Amino acid sequence: MPSITGASVVDHVRDPQGDGTPQGDRASTGRLGDRLFGGTAKGAGVLVIALVTLTAVFLLSQALPALSKDGANFLTSTEWDVSGSHPRFGIANLLWVTVASSVIAMIIAVPVGVCVALFVTEYSPPWLSAPAAGLIDLLAAVPSIIYGIWGAFVFGPHITGLQSLISKLFGWLPFFDNDTGGVSSSGTIFFIGIVLSIMVLPIVTALSREVFAQTPVTHKEGALALGATKWEMIRTSVLPFGKPGVISASMLGLGRALGETVAVLIILSSLASDTKWSWSVFNGGETFASKIANNAAEFDSPQKSGAFIAAGLVLFILTFVVNAIARVVIERRKAFVE
Amino acid sequence: MTAADATSESNRGSLSRSGRDSGFSHKSRSREVRNQLARVVMWAAFLLALLPLAWILWTVITRGIGLVLEPTWWTNSQRDITSRMVGGGAAHAIRGTLLMALVTALMAVPVGVMTAIYLVEYGRGRLAKAVSFMVDILTGIPSIVAALFIYAAWVTTFGFQRVGFAVCLALVMLMIPVIVRSTEEMLKLVPNELREASYALGVPKWKTIARVVLPTAFSGIITGILLGLARIMGETAPLLILGPYTANLATNLFGGFMATLPTMINTNRVESLQPAIDRTWASALTLILVILLLNLAGRLVARTSKVQS
Repeated sequence: MPSITGASVVDHVRDPQGDGTPQGDRASTGRLGDRLFGGTAKGAGVLVIALVTLTAVFLLSQALPALSKDGANFLTSTEWDVSGSHPRFGIANLLWVTVASSVIAMIIAVPVGVCVALFVTEYSPPWLSAPAAGLIDLLAAVPSIIYGIWGAFVFGPHITGLQSLISKLFGWLPFFDNDTGGVSSSGTIFFIGIVLSIMVLPIVTALSREVFAQTPVTHKEGALALGATKWEMIRTSVLPFGKPGVISASMLGLGRALGETVAVLIILSSLASDTKWSWSVFNGGETFASKIANNAAEFDSPQKSGAFIAAGLVLFILTFVVNAIARVVIERRKAFVE
Repeated sequence: MTAADATSESNRGSLSRSGRDSGFSHKSRSREVRNQLARVVMWAAFLLALLPLAWILWTVITRGIGLVLEPTWWTNSQRDITSRMVGGGAAHAIRGTLLMALVTALMAVPVGVMTAIYLVEYGRGRLAKAVSFMVDILTGIPSIVAALFIYAAWVTTFGFQRVGFAVCLALVMLMIPVIVRSTEEMLKLVPNELREASYALGVPKWKTIARVVLPTAFSGIITGILLGLARIMGETAPLLILGPYTANLATNLFGGFMATLPTMINTNRVESLQPAIDRTWASALTLILVILLLNLAGRLVARTSKVQS
């Protein structure tokens, strides 16, 4: 069963039976058919590399002219005015909203996801284990636009009570400040963080569960034989063994949260351009993805689309780095296991 | 109880887990409580995770079922129907979604399957590592970035219009990694004895792959395709950038606008009139139905798989 994250532990094990595949080219006979077929396969692989490379090249080539005309500091400015002959735009606001909402999502999704993974692998009765995993995977199958309309029209109205409670208790922290009066709306960074956490939960769960299930039985039985309770056994053998997998899973989830577009677009209320800066998560705003999607209709000149493509490039780099970290962590674990 | 007591207790306590030999096998209370607490937390986390799924499905079904049960929903388009009027259907959007998915699959499946074959059967060394790494990166690319790339290439660089085919190109990027990963996983499970037997009979490598390995892994590939389709059909971001909505039936991927279920939801959700709100939820239900069916079909095929892990 392919995992919904696309990255599976099985992917990184060369051959599950332990006996080597007949080594590629020695098995081939150099016939025309072999060279054609092998060449096509190689070509497909190269095409995949080319797709990612071309993405970077095209985004960069469209972003650079727009960036060179930018009158403001692209990284630190909070302005966004791309029309006219003196465009001024910067990503500080977008970066803050993107990171803040994703961090809230991870704070909720990682602990819950790990617990669900432990439930599936260790706690659930055997008959429930597979259906439970399937149900959680179904969360990943729900399209993001449906999370969007459900969040905005159904779930959202119930969240304002919790928001005002948090702001009453922790309002002295700048993050939970209610200076903009945002707690009474559901279009906040806080709320989209909650919705994003539901969306990334299946990703965190799927990979964690796969790693937990691979904990060597000897480790678990060793812990139990030493008198550990079930929870102590999990804490001392399953969790340490699965830690790289959990980190990797969290990174994949983070990548998804950073790039989520439509749910954010529908739920998060965008702010007027002259709104003053606030650290509060009870505030609206726009993420990289929702900003681009919100303004897709405006792409009428290379200058305008270039500015949005520059924002897209930053998002691409962010998710690239996050996914690369996820991959490196799981690769190192593989070296450790073998 | 002092710390030293607790330690000695926990050292001895476990010799007998039943706790009958007093003084020698007693599990300390705090450890037992923590153990039970962990069990409760795990169950709670699982039930908490199910809550949104049940809530979403309940909402979409109860609000959308009315229109979906009407036959005209499946046969009519929204042509000449304003948001004040009741009636019309989603045939234009359903057809658009299916057509785009089909064209996307036609492009993504060969590339994905061949890439997986390369990774499992041929790939050694640095190129294979690079391909595998790039597949992971492609898995994580946000759909909006894929859409921007196609926009930068298709519209800005080549000067074409925003059409259905451009959406398909963006969706191909999102579908390829799903297919590569599931096919790869399946190919790795094909027993080497099959390959060796084929080689021993003098069958060339390419024929071995095409006639022995691929058929054995066939169900896994189908599963990958179905799950990939389920993923791309719900994608909305590329449609917002590259595929504007229209209320009419359209079949031309290279000219004019084409409706899809996600853009139909997106167009109706901003309306405040009841007929449009009903249509929003009915199209959401239709989309979920299509995607869940594909998902279930994928899982069923996976279960009847020939290759057993």
